[in-house]
Parts: sequence; structure tokens; C-alpha cells
Amino acid sequence: MLEVFIFATLNGVVTGLLLFMLASGLTLIFSMMGVLNFAHASFYMLGAYFAYSISLTMGFWLGLIFAPLIVGVIGAMVERYGLRRVHKSGHVAELVFTFGAAFLIEESIQFFWGPDTKNYQSPDILDFPLFTLFGQEFSAYRGFMILISMSIFIVLFRVLTRSRIGIIIQAAITHPHTVSNLGHNVPLIFMGVFGVGTALAGLAGVIAGPVLTTFPGMAVVLGSIVFVIVVIGGLGSLAGAFIASLLIGLLQSYAIASNVGMPDLLNLLGVSFARDHPLNDLWTVTLPQIAPILPFLLLVLVLIFRPTGLLGKREE
Amino acid sequence: MKNKYITNKFNGLLICALLSLGGISQAQEPVRIAFMDPLSSTFASIGTSGLKQIQFAADYLFNSRGGILGGRMIEIVALDNKQSPTETQLQFRRAVSDGLQIIFQGNSSAVANTLSTTISRFNRRNPGKEVLQINYSAVDPILTEDNCSFWHFRFDAHAVMKLDVLTDFIAMNEDIKSMYIIGQDYSFGHVVADTAIRFLNEKRPDIEIVGSEFHPIGQVKDFTPYVTKIVSSGADAVITGNFGADMVSLARSIIDSGLDIPIYTFYAAYDGITATLGEDGKGRIHLIHNETSNPIPTQERKEFIRAFKAKNPNNDVTQPRLTNALSMVVAAMEKTQSTDPYDIALALEDMRFTTLGGEEIWMRGEDHQIFQSLHISVHTDEGVEFDADNSGFGLRSIYHVPAEETIVETSCQMRRPRR
Repeated sequence: MLEVFIFATLNGVVTGLLLFMLASGLTLIFSMMGVLNFAHASFYMLGAYFAYSISLTMGFWLGLIFAPLIVGVIGAMVERYGLRRVHKSGHVAELVFTFGAAFLIEESIQFFWGPDTKNYQSPDILDFPLFTLFGQEFSAYRGFMILISMSIFIVLFRVLTRSRIGIIIQAAITHPHTVSNLGHNVPLIFMGVFGVGTALAGLAGVIAGPVLTTFPGMAVVLGSIVFVIVVIGGLGSLAGAFIASLLIGLLQSYAIASNVGMPDLLNLLGVSFARDHPLNDLWTVTLPQIAPILPFLLLVLVLIFRPTGLLGKREE
Repeated sequence: MKNKYITNKFNGLLICALLSLGGISQAQEPVRIAFMDPLSSTFASIGTSGLKQIQFAADYLFNSRGGILGGRMIEIVALDNKQSPTETQLQFRRAVSDGLQIIFQGNSSAVANTLSTTISRFNRRNPGKEVLQINYSAVDPILTEDNCSFWHFRFDAHAVMKLDVLTDFIAMNEDIKSMYIIGQDYSFGHVVADTAIRFLNEKRPDIEIVGSEFHPIGQVKDFTPYVTKIVSSGADAVITGNFGADMVSLARSIIDSGLDIPIYTFYAAYDGITATLGEDGKGRIHLIHNETSNPIPTQERKEFIRAFKAKNPNNDVTQPRLTNALSMVVAAMEKTQSTDPYDIALALEDMRFTTLGGEEIWMRGEDHQIFQSLHISVHTDEGVEFDADNSGFGLRSIYHVPAEETIVETSCQMRRPRR
């Protein structure tokens, strides 16, 4: 039992940190521009595919450096030549624009790389078990994933709270007009944040590609969950996104690892139902079976009891 | 689309005109066949590879040899159902309004069930405009048992038949003392779990089922938490009916966890899966399927595969049953000299057909289920003449069961339409 708990925790942390890399960019972009970027997970997928192509000729490590940069530049271009023009027409137009961009990116990926699963492998140098516990291996690559995402969190947090740029960004989130009156180039800041946000998503794709497999559906699988995290964490709050990511990662992981379900609950209550009961599916459902929908349940609860999210400050 | 419709209508008029003039020449209107499978979204790779195969089979076997029914070409019309039952309904209506009367569909038993119900209802209400469902891959037994339909034909062995063979094979391995079953949470996944447990209890009561798990289809980001449970259960082997991305992610997670146990599967090959598993999956991944893999038995099938590879270097002939299904439908058309679904259905019943692999297969009339030999293959790079994903790795068949031994009873009470 202990081994399951330890590994469930480790798995939860890996998933949580990966989700955080996506959520951090999304929450920054949202708080700044008021736009939910529906294409965010598509940039994550783009990162994985670029890294795959680069790794074919130049190896994994160059892919790790260049793929996020390329994605970031594409993201910045999308902001500069797409979103900024659409911005005049209001938030709905922006929303629809990012929605369309998500489709466009997914279709382009299928067009250029085809619909097959890509053989994107982790580097050989990390192809060993970091440690073995109770007969289970924890691969070095997963340790590397934790390392990368933790360093991203620390760097991002320091930049936003300690540096001059961070202060300007934070000011631009709440008082864009004042910041602009003080002589700062707010559109440039927007472009920068969008670029960095998408680059982070790209980086997440680069390191997630080898373990979560690189295929055209990878954005869809992750897309909705990232929105859930941003809302649960509180819009615009980096720390909130961090907590929510880990919370959801661990929640799912523990739910899958658990062995309880409705039958146990019913046994506890001393109730039993016939196998041909019309609601048989409901009486036999187990926690691992519904694990992937738990985050959405949490989302509903958070929206009911704390609409601003865990650490959100903005009151509408 | 509109233009096409007009042209067709125009063609129709032209035919009438020609026929009334005394039938100077045979009209060359193509025989149109719909291929309805996911061509976008999560499971796109399976659908698009199937589409390439049926298109190639139509061109290679028939169109390049002067067509069928005295010179008519086969035209494959692709319809993207995104593997969703809702989208399937929409695409079905589109097929009907385009005048398509034969629909090939294979991916997801949930979709096949929806389509079968929709077609039965439509055919009852629209006599004379019936539609035929050619199921080349959806293997939930219910389609040829309790829910069997006169308008549905299955060209793949169903899950119970496959699991019977697979569990025979597992039962021979004395090293296996415990089994873990994991599958997608929908009809097919449940059938696999229930049937595997039943057969294993009968054949090897000493094998302990240490876990049976379901996960949502196409929704799981990371299978590591599931694999953690498999490892801690101490299972000696895993059975899964997963396909597409769910299959490759699961296998990768098992391999990455350092767990060295055999994995018994239905669909763990091709479309990027073989390349991704590569060296790590060697000798561990087993597949149950029809039409033997390496060594390929006949020259004809070898030539077919080579010609396909020449045209589609990045794809493989992953589903020879698609070719069988198309060939049998064409044989039924030739036999009856008709493209009417009712005539084709009658001709398909109890048809015996020799495949490119030189094997005689039988479409049982009672429930419209195909019977052919089944094979278990292993993922390897040794003795693989035809590899998958150009990876050097491929399937080598190691266990064969002749068609007669796969025949099972059916509970089908078919309602036959009157004409």
C-alpha cells in the first residue's frame, strides 16, 4: 500500500508540474489581456512536434532549446499580427480568434506531420532508472521533468516579483492605462508575455512528448484541464496556478491508485442492488473509473464556494 | 458537393437517354462506396490509414483491371465521423442524401452499434433505398448476436472469438500465474474484461486475476498511475483491448516503469505504434488478429503489400480484412450483377471466398459473421520480411488456429426484410 502511495504522489507531482508549465502561461495571458487563449494547448503540441523534428537530426538537447524558442516566436507573431488587430472588436472576437487558431494549428500539424503517432524518444543519457523502490522504477527522465518545471516556476516567480520587468507586468495586469501613461510600451509587454507564455507551453510539449506520446490528439487531451486549473487557482495568480496544478495532478493520481468505489460505499451502508438494476452502472462505478472527471467536479465546487479561485484577487 | 450532385443527376439522365435509345453502350457511372471513420481528432491515424488501404485495394484489384460490373469504376467516398456516435448520425444522413448505399465502418463498437441501429430504422422506413453496413473492425460480439441485423456484415472475428484463442495461448504458458486486465471504459473494453476473466477461470483456474481496470477512452494523459497499480499487483501479464493513442501510451508507460512482463493486445501495431515501441517492446507485445503476418504465405499478398508500399511509403497494410471485405462485396455485386444492398446482402450470406493470402473464409448467413483463421503474433525484428512503420520491427506470427476451430454459437434472431 505504501509503495502505491509513494508512486501515486510522484506521478501526481510530475503531472501537476507539467500542467503548471501550461497553466502559468495561460493565467498570465488571461490576466493581462482578458483573453482565454483556447490555442494554448496547441502551442504545447507544436512544441512537441518541433522538438521531434529537431531531435531527428540534431538530438534531443538542441530540440529542448530551439523548439520552445520557435514556438515563442510563433506565439508572439500570432499576438502581434492576429490578436492585436482583433482586439479592437472586443473580447468575443479575440476568443473566437484563439478558438480558430487552435483548429488551424491542429490541422497544420496533421498536414505537415501526418496523423500517426511520432516516435519521439527521450535522450539515451536519461534512459536509466533514477531509483528503484519496492521493485518499481522511477525513470531519470521523470526526475528531469520535475527539475525543469521546478526551475521554471522559481525563475518565473522571481522575475515577476523581484525584477523591474515583473513589476511592470504586474502593474499592466491591473492598471494598463496608468502603465501606458508612464511611458511604457504596453502592446510590447503584451506581445512579450504572449510569446513567453506560448514558449512555456512549447517547452512543456518538448519534455512531455516522449512520455505522453506525440500525436495530433495530445492538445485536446490536455486543453480543457488547463482551463480548469487556471480557474481553480484564481485568474492571474501564478502561485494559485501552481497550487491548483499540483492539487489536480495529485487528485487524479490518488483517485486512480485507490481501489474504492460505489460497491464499497454500498457495502458500508449495508445496501445492495441486483445486477440487473437499471442503474447498475451507477452502483458499480469506481473511483479510478471517474478519476479524469474529478477536476471538473472540483471546478464546479470552487466556482460555487469561491468564485475568484483559490488565490484570485479580482472581483468583477 | 453541389456540382457533384448535379453531375450525378445529369449522368442519370444521360443513362436513361442512352438506355431508351437502345443501350448503345454501357453507362460508366462509378460504383460509389462510403468509408466512414475518424479522419480527424484523436484517432485520426487509424481512420486515414484505413482509407488509404481501401482506396488502394479498389484501384489495385479492380479499377486498374477495367473496373467491375462490365467497366464501372469503384469510387471511395470518405466521410469523417470523428469516432463520435453523434457525428456518425450526421454523416449517415449526408451519405443517404448523396445516394451512397454501402458504408464501410470499422473503428469503435459504440459507433458501429449506433450505425447499425440507425441503418435498420432507416431501411425499415425507406424500402427500396436501403443502406448496407460493412463492418471491417468493430468487434463487440453483440453486433452479430442480440443486436444482429440483416443489413450488417462483420469481416473481423469478434472479441469473444479472439479472446478464446488468446486465452488458449496464455493458458499454455505455465509461467503466468496472475493476470491484470486494463481497458477503455466502453462496450468493447467491458466485453474484453468480462470474457477474458471467464475464459481464464475455465482454462486456468490457478491464474489469479489481480486487477481489472477501466479508463475513459482517449482521455488519459499519462498511464503511469495505472501502471503503478499493475506493478504493485505483481501481475505476470497484462491483457488490453486498447487501440490508438491509448494503446501506445499504455505500452510505453509499462516499458518505462521497468516492468518486464508480456502484454497481450488486439491492436498494438502499425500507425506509429510499432516504431514507438521499437526495441523495448521486442518479444513482449503479442497481438491476436486475422490474416497471418510474417512470414506472408502467398506471392499474391506479398505483391499487394509491395505495391501498396510503393504508393504509400509511410503507411502499411495494417488491415488485410479491409481488402477481404471489399473483394467479397464486389464478388457479391458481380454474382448478382447488381449494386442493390438487398441483392448484395443475399449474395454475401454463406459466401466462401479465397483471400489474397490463399485462405478460404466463410461469411455465416445466420448472423453475418466472418470465419477465418486467427493468429497470434509477436512484436520483433527477427524474421520480419515486411516491417511496420519502416522501423525494422514488425509482427511475426507464432500461433495459428484454423477457421473451423474459431466457430462459435450465436444468439442472433435475425429479422429478415420481405421483398
